[in-house]
Amino acid sequence: MDLLVVGAGPAGIAAAVSAAELGARVVLVDQGTAAGGQIWRRRAGEAAPRAARSWLERLERSSVRVASGGEIVDVDDGGGFVLSAPAELITVRPAATVIATGARELFLPFPGWTLPNVVGAGGLQALLKGGLDVRGRRVVLAGSGPLLLPVAATVTRAGARLAIVAEQAPASALGAFTRSLWRSPRRLVAAGVLRAGFLGTRYAAGTWVVRADGDDRVREVTFTDGSRSWREACDYLAVGYGLVPNTELARLLGAATGASGILVDDRQATTAPGVFAAGECAGIGGAPLAIAEGIIAGTAAAGVAELPRSAVAARARERRFAARLASAFALRDEVYRLADDETVVCRCEDVRAGELGGVHDPREARLHARAGMGACQGRVCGAALAAARGWSEGAVRPPLFPIPVSALIARAD
Amino acid sequence: MSATFVRITVDGHTLAVEPGTTVAVALLNHGITAFRDSVKGTPRGPVCGMGICFECRVTVNGVAGVRACLVACTADMIVQTGGVA
Repeated sequence: MDLLVVGAGPAGIAAAVSAAELGARVVLVDQGTAAGGQIWRRRAGEAAPRAARSWLERLERSSVRVASGGEIVDVDDGGGFVLSAPAELITVRPAATVIATGARELFLPFPGWTLPNVVGAGGLQALLKGGLDVRGRRVVLAGSGPLLLPVAATVTRAGARLAIVAEQAPASALGAFTRSLWRSPRRLVAAGVLRAGFLGTRYAAGTWVVRADGDDRVREVTFTDGSRSWREACDYLAVGYGLVPNTELARLLGAATGASGILVDDRQATTAPGVFAAGECAGIGGAPLAIAEGIIAGTAAAGVAELPRSAVAARARERRFAARLASAFALRDEVYRLADDETVVCRCEDVRAGELGGVHDPREARLHARAGMGACQGRVCGAALAAARGWSEGAVRPPLFPIPVSALIARAD
Repeated sequence: MSATFVRITVDGHTLAVEPGTTVAVALLNHGITAFRDSVKGTPRGPVCGMGICFECRVTVNGVAGVRACLVACTADMIVQTGGVA
């Protein structure tokens, strides 16, 4: 195998296809049921979104071997990657690797956030794309970022009653951002189309969730705009505060990361030899940026020195836009301080905020309170604590995802 | 969707779901919101929808700890909710 690509979203598909079309033998590993990642997620047999079609068709026509339902769980010193398939563990030794592990949502703890039917904004989008039936259900959507718009449109199209879309960023920041869009009419039109998808619902800037209440599931959400608080009844609360790059595999490989994700050079190469990164894991920027980075990474990983010019130009343009988005949707301090002492911070181990009073880094949080020791391995609470307290992310240890003991035993035999 | 329904068993009840439906969506559409109990016994259900948070773990065909959001329903699948931790 010449190239291993980890993650079959837009970046991974673009990297795999670009390298394969240059003659490389490529394996594309993905934990989902079908290639497409989160943004191009769809049910089996369902037509792909328009933006995805040409890439999925090129993938189909290419020599790329797609390994769905697999996860890279470990690496060894000899350049081997351990693939959980998932019933057995297989070691693969590619000449080069493109990490395209995407991003997850940033969840910030608040009282009541562990109640069933409190989901992520992207989480609700993923469930809706998978066929979740919300007809007639009352949904409230909150958090921050451009992702709230397509989710609101999907919720409305799915027949739910969308009560409010609460964006924590102040109206002033959003207004300045929207006015700046005259320079990119295509984006202005896209935003307008999304807004038109939930015209009957209030999009409230400078508004955020302070708590959720319920019994066997969430029933009611309390919002504030900083001066006034009110409640909304709901069947689902979807809340997400933007995206966090998935850097665990890169860090296990010893690649350097920064505040915005895996560090890459102009060839999308990381600091680890033979390891490239593309897409959201190397900095949040949306699907067009992910595709441009994927093309560049796949081309470079296939050993071609000259980078494709149109992809390089698209990457520069999309990165500038991503920086403007990030500044418009910067998080206010209040949303980092919603948890009270009784609020669970580490959902896997049920560690409450009050138990983390005297700890100063992820290691202490693990040793003293077991925060970050559970099944998600700190992907949720670690990101929240890093964002809220300025902590670095904790150490990464294999397996990156839980694996069955039977697979371990079979491997030892 | 037009393809044949897939039948699965959830906590002893038979459900017919559209092929390609994830276990998480099948359970939610059936009215199940609590997929498991946390280590201190509070009910939990799906959050991230994409395999990261591990809150939607259920037992599938005897294998515990399966993320319901990552697995598609297949014929005669047996799903049990209410696992601990």
